[in-house]
Amino acid sequence: MEQILEVKDLHVSFNTYAGEVKAVRGVSFELNKGETLAFVGESGCGKTVTAKAILRLLKPPFAEIKEGSQILYQGRDVVHMDKKALSSYRGEEVSMIFQDPMTSLNPTMKIGKQIMESLRIHKHISKQEARKEAIELLRLVNIPSPETRVDSYPHELSGGMRQRVMIAIALACSPNILIADEPTTALDVTIQIQIMDLLKDLKTKLGTAIILVTHDLGVVANFADRVQVMYAGQVLERGTTKEIFEDSRHPYTWALLSSVPTLAKESKQELYALKGTPPDLILPLNHCPFAARCEHCMQICKERNPAETVLSETHRVSCWLQHPDAPRTLTFNGKEARS
Amino acid sequence: MAEETMGMGPIPKEEPIPKEKFTVIGTDDFSGDLIARPQVSYWADAWRRFRQNKIALVALVVLAVMVVMVIIGPHLNGIAFEEIDQDALNQGPSAEHWFGTDNLGRDLFSRVWQAGRVSIAIGIAGALISTVVGCIYGGIAAYFGGWVDTILMRIVEVLFSIPYLLIVILISVITDSRSIFSLMLALTLTGWCNTARLVRGQMLQLKNQEFVLAAQALGVSPWKIILKHMLPNTMSVILVAITFDIPNYIFSEAFLSYLGLGIAAPNTSWGALCSAAQQTFAFYPYQMFFPALLIALTMLSFTLLGDGLRDALDPKLRK
Amino acid sequence: MSETNTARQTDNIIEVTDLCKYFRVSRKATLKAVDHVNLTIRRGETLGLVGESGCGKTTCGRTMIRLYNPTSGTVKFNGQDISKLSGKELLQFKKNAQIIFQDPYASLDPRMTIGEIISEGMNVHFHYSEEEKRQRVNDLLHRVGLSQDYANRFAHELSGGQRQRIGIARALAVEPQFIVCDEPISALDVSIQAQVVNLLIKLQREDQLTYLFISHDLAMVKHISDRVGVMYLGNLVELSSNVALYDHPLHPYTKALISAIPTADPEEDMSARQIKLEGEVPSPINPPEGCRFRQRCRYACDRCAQETPALREVKPGHFVACHRCEELDEHPEENQ
Repeated sequence: MEQILEVKDLHVSFNTYAGEVKAVRGVSFELNKGETLAFVGESGCGKTVTAKAILRLLKPPFAEIKEGSQILYQGRDVVHMDKKALSSYRGEEVSMIFQDPMTSLNPTMKIGKQIMESLRIHKHISKQEARKEAIELLRLVNIPSPETRVDSYPHELSGGMRQRVMIAIALACSPNILIADEPTTALDVTIQIQIMDLLKDLKTKLGTAIILVTHDLGVVANFADRVQVMYAGQVLERGTTKEIFEDSRHPYTWALLSSVPTLAKESKQELYALKGTPPDLILPLNHCPFAARCEHCMQICKERNPAETVLSETHRVSCWLQHPDAPRTLTFNGKEARS
Repeated sequence: MAEETMGMGPIPKEEPIPKEKFTVIGTDDFSGDLIARPQVSYWADAWRRFRQNKIALVALVVLAVMVVMVIIGPHLNGIAFEEIDQDALNQGPSAEHWFGTDNLGRDLFSRVWQAGRVSIAIGIAGALISTVVGCIYGGIAAYFGGWVDTILMRIVEVLFSIPYLLIVILISVITDSRSIFSLMLALTLTGWCNTARLVRGQMLQLKNQEFVLAAQALGVSPWKIILKHMLPNTMSVILVAITFDIPNYIFSEAFLSYLGLGIAAPNTSWGALCSAAQQTFAFYPYQMFFPALLIALTMLSFTLLGDGLRDALDPKLRK
Repeated sequence: MSETNTARQTDNIIEVTDLCKYFRVSRKATLKAVDHVNLTIRRGETLGLVGESGCGKTTCGRTMIRLYNPTSGTVKFNGQDISKLSGKELLQFKKNAQIIFQDPYASLDPRMTIGEIISEGMNVHFHYSEEEKRQRVNDLLHRVGLSQDYANRFAHELSGGQRQRIGIARALAVEPQFIVCDEPISALDVSIQAQVVNLLIKLQREDQLTYLFISHDLAMVKHISDRVGVMYLGNLVELSSNVALYDHPLHPYTKALISAIPTADPEEDMSARQIKLEGEVPSPINPPEGCRFRQRCRYACDRCAQETPALREVKPGHFVACHRCEELDEHPEENQ
């Protein structure tokens, strides 16, 4: 498989009055052509910040990509790109859709014009051609009667339709990577399926690689090829979707999977609930960040950060339970945690 | 199983880890769910953010100096502001008369600060009057809503559309006086309309906030809801409005005095000083310079202070 | 349904009859947020209310505790029509019926300390001394799993889950019998959602509370509810016991909703199971005539366009508003 994006040891900090908040702490991953990688975690785990860093959307001086971080898009260094290179990189190579389709569209501009704007900046084509292409794009994202819809304003559309328009804008210059930041969170269930279906469809049609940022494990299970579980700015576990859902090795992944309510569970039973809240990222955290909330926490977990254990070519986990001296533990679905 | 890479990364391979470190000790105690960060009250937090804005801080210092000066300034060089010295007409700044004298030989330094008293007093009084009236008016309109709101707001719109110069002239004709009182009346008669609109808008927003609904569901009386929830949460908007209102009133007064509709002699204001100086401006520019400088400085400081306050008090900027 | 009719009546804490709540949007347009809804809530149970955004579930909940006055229809609380209450009786009702809001950020006054927020209701309904009040606040904080140090803090210092606990403590402070939980978990992270739901279940057991649990999360509603109602565009389209609704839904909309719940199982082929609905929810300002769901329903027939289906008891305790639910239940494939 051809690798198109590589992120190495990414560190991002926010400078606040109370001190430096280390939002991303050494995240590394690679993305292959045409695949879907999901970032999973709770709010504040650094998944959105990582996604924004890939597009260099973080505003200095408040947010800062630390020295030594590397983001390589097809071998090109993104962290030190100049303004010109960056503007063609954004949109033509990588684009992004956001959670709230209302605030990311300009309310005073017709949607057609908003699509055409990005087409004309990047493709240098005439107005007529751009309009034609805008209509084609609206058709691609399954908007009914695109010829008339192209002249609508965002407020005339429903939430699902707006998200489709956002996708159309993001796809305008046929990027190689689409970053979808919680694309369905603000939508209703019946609309969620429609949007996820559309993304799935576009992925096969256009061969775009997708980074899906979400907290919804249900969406991940049905959509992603690979998953990386993030917590407190670090990747705790990564693997193919099957490996994560069926053979996960990190207690945090177990906790996430167990707290998904399913229809099969007996009602009014106590739900599995992770105790406490994620750590304040202002703290240095020189040990496993999950230690305080982990049922399997050992003394060592509070002293040192575990190294990443390679379980298979795709499956890696950072947990002290993998150490040969650690006690035998069963995973949440009853398998041996260390083989 | 694939290779073990334990020992790579942050831990050197040589260093063995004692076995006893691998006993499970379980989760921390979260029964109380403590918070790590120190306690910060609303105003302490606002003050912290205000301090970061150096320009606003300078403006605040300038205004503080200004207030001190209008209190002690007229007595500083021992010459009373209305004292006429026939031997020293239109003198430039000197060791005796720091800012020079005017065409009647009155000491300009004392006069400038005396004028400042009047100008700043008018600014503050005007802003306070319009805030109090505006809050009550806007609050009533927002809380009762419906037709009460419609009628009250139409009245505001009508008042708003009358040019205030017309009102000032009418009032000075009717009251037949040029006292501070009639000037204040003229200025505030329509001045509160803006505040009323602002307060109404803010309160309408708050009325549908969930914490107000929660208070209603608890059975808290409407009066208490306004007093305990709506007003404190409108406070920041009101405070910012006051800081922007003060320079407006100072300027309006200066403008009216300049036109000869303001304060009557021997009392004076910055506008009146400028007005008196303009006839001889070509020969004695310093007579115009000092009051004009103080008007500009005060207005600028209040505006910058207002900007700083708005940023500091905006709840959306809190972290 | 083994109980006799009279026993059932005394058992109901809330009886909603033909409830309508319309909002006038402009001179001509009326938004029918809740349109002829009938339901009852039994003492001690949790009634789940689900539906997509804009279906009127929140308005319905707020009207039940008189945050809104109904356009028509009645809500009876313990047999009393709540719109006729005033003075002391109204105050007593407000003490007994409380609400927990969705947004843990907007529902706490940013200018008040947590202690002030929790004791606000006590000041209205009880005459505690300062010392008693402090003790009560500490007790409540302890019950919702927070330390008493929180009493002097401000809402913005707390995380979403902690704020939601404060919202719960505020409602509990007046010792209510009935609580409307208006999407209490939608704004929270998965792991925190479970904490809050566990807390709600625990409190219900301890205080014999009755809940109306409003949510769009069907899986969570199944978990917490005894009976579940499904709303679509201001109408209640199905109401039944928890098990019956999820195992054997009768209304086409409920079927689609339940099939849309994603499962955290990569092996399962979701698309095969899902019933996909065409289009989106129409605007409640000018809802379609007849059955409101018919434009998105693949079983719609002429009758659906002409006649609004009434909520009727199709099986014991299972109410559905659909003309064709029986025939569809027997032969689902033939009637497409």
